[in-house]
Amino acid sequence: MSEQPPGFELLTEDREVAVLLLTGDWVQGQSHRDFHVLKDDLLGITASELVVDGSQLGLWDSVLMAFLLQSFNQCREDNIVFRTRALPDGIERLLDVATAVPTHVPPSAPNKQWYESFSPGSLVLELWESTVESLAFIGELGIALWRLALGKANTRFSDFRTFCYQAGPDAFAIISLTSVLVGMILAYLGAVQLQQFGAEVYVADLVVIGMLREMGVLMAAIVMAGRTGAAYAAQLGTMQANEEIDAIRTMGISPMEFLVVPRMLALVVAMPLLTLYANLLGIIGGGIVSGGLGVTPLMYISEGETALQLSHLSVGLIKSVVFGVLIAVAGCRSGINSGRSSAAVGQAATQAVVTAIVYLIVADAAINILFQQVGI
Amino acid sequence: MSEPHISIRDLTMAYGPSVIQRDLNFDINKGDIFVIMGGSGCGKSTLLKHMLGLLDPAKGDIFYNDQSFFQASMKQQDDMRQRWGITYQSGGLFSAMTLAGNVNLPLQLYTQYSASDREDIIAYKLALVGLGGYQNYYPSEISGGMRKRAALARAIALDPEILFFDEPSAGLDPISSRLLDELIVQLQESIGATVVMVTHELPSIFGIASNSVYLDVNTKTMIAYGDPRELRDHSEQPVVRQFLARESGSPQEEQA
Repeated sequence: MSEQPPGFELLTEDREVAVLLLTGDWVQGQSHRDFHVLKDDLLGITASELVVDGSQLGLWDSVLMAFLLQSFNQCREDNIVFRTRALPDGIERLLDVATAVPTHVPPSAPNKQWYESFSPGSLVLELWESTVESLAFIGELGIALWRLALGKANTRFSDFRTFCYQAGPDAFAIISLTSVLVGMILAYLGAVQLQQFGAEVYVADLVVIGMLREMGVLMAAIVMAGRTGAAYAAQLGTMQANEEIDAIRTMGISPMEFLVVPRMLALVVAMPLLTLYANLLGIIGGGIVSGGLGVTPLMYISEGETALQLSHLSVGLIKSVVFGVLIAVAGCRSGINSGRSSAAVGQAATQAVVTAIVYLIVADAAINILFQQVGI
Repeated sequence: MSEPHISIRDLTMAYGPSVIQRDLNFDINKGDIFVIMGGSGCGKSTLLKHMLGLLDPAKGDIFYNDQSFFQASMKQQDDMRQRWGITYQSGGLFSAMTLAGNVNLPLQLYTQYSASDREDIIAYKLALVGLGGYQNYYPSEISGGMRKRAALARAIALDPEILFFDEPSAGLDPISSRLLDELIVQLQESIGATVVMVTHELPSIFGIASNSVYLDVNTKTMIAYGDPRELRDHSEQPVVRQFLARESGSPQEEQA
């Protein structure tokens, strides 16, 4: 059976009753004249009644139903009585169901251009709000830590242990890979310059000091921000979406003590250990490259030993504790303040990583300036 | 009308070594509103997941229009799935999309309608479930009952031959769940689809079901099949009569 192109015709011979004659097959794959054509015609008629005639209608599917529904709504708007004639049973029934509830008119939001919604004032306001929120979060965290110190907090040691495992041993593989490579990169970077002066052996100093003070801890922190910080945000965001955080609150337990404190402490414990591990592997990585450039392992080790000072090591370790706190704060704050949909959880995880990395770099710069002044 | 649309043959479902239900054999006829019922934990939802092909059976097969589902290739399975509309227990709406986006997705993927036609069809599908005008709302902005109806609008987007419901009225107030039941009947009558639903809401079962199967949790198989009103009054199984009449007391005692 070949399909006839769909069409409609508005017959207005009668002054009282207009007839909408439907013809052809109204199915997928057939292009039909748009409803707007009919709408213009309808606006022009004087009749108080519209009869839809389906006597010449062939096949039909949702396209026809969508068309009829638009016609119906238009008639309702214009106070024209809508009737049907010789339409298949199914159409009548579906139309009844579809028109049973009047169309909801959403509250109209003013239609703004993108540039209108931008205002410096709102940016400042947003910044202010997020600062207040951060301060409130840090304050609450401080109270929770104080209660923990007094032994009154609802923090469970078993949670802390699990998080320690996730933040520590679980991260070994990826930290190993990144630190060895960073050590190698540092060595290459230095070797090319130092070779010009015949001072390749000082690559060892560069790698050791660079890893201990800066790169070891920063790379470990960035990996942990992407790995653990995002995981915290996703866990807490999902708990928010499942009303688990509400449940914790209504049990009289502070989410800060129960959820945030063990996560933060776990990172504070794990970060220095990971940093030590990263330092060691970075130095080994640097040694591999130096060996390739003609510095014997013995020379590398003896030169490296002179550079290996407690002050350099402690700078890295102090940073690692600070970074651990910052990653945990960024992750947990995004998670707890997340919205209640799956999309919001995704946003929270992204936000956690971005904020954590910004925090890390700002804090790193601040600590370097401070230590420079102090002379460490 | 008594042509079987879905046939379950010797179906045994198991999670690993633990058998959920064994040796299920029944037909769902074209145009039926078929209810899968049973006590909590008897495997109703598991059976539905098998029918949807989300889980593989331990033994047996399911036939749609005499075509085996589990013997079919991936491509054939996808073709069969296109003719189904599914409403999940908590809606299963994509929370990152508006209602229009949710209904649009299957239309965009599987039909050749033009963009403007799709827009009109989305308006019509939403109007069918009483949500006309809610195109630009996100699932999180509407109530639970509306979310179920929106999920139904998405399920009927492609004019399916079979509509599956997992506990459609769970978590709804009696009036909303009654309205949803009415809507299911109206849609079933108008589009002529076969409806399969998992539920243990007695008002729904007696209100709209034309056929049913009862899965028993103790014997791990089906113990009753037929019109639920008949089963309530005349079933040989006391546990089924008890379930449908909502009586208390232990069925084991009665059997003894």
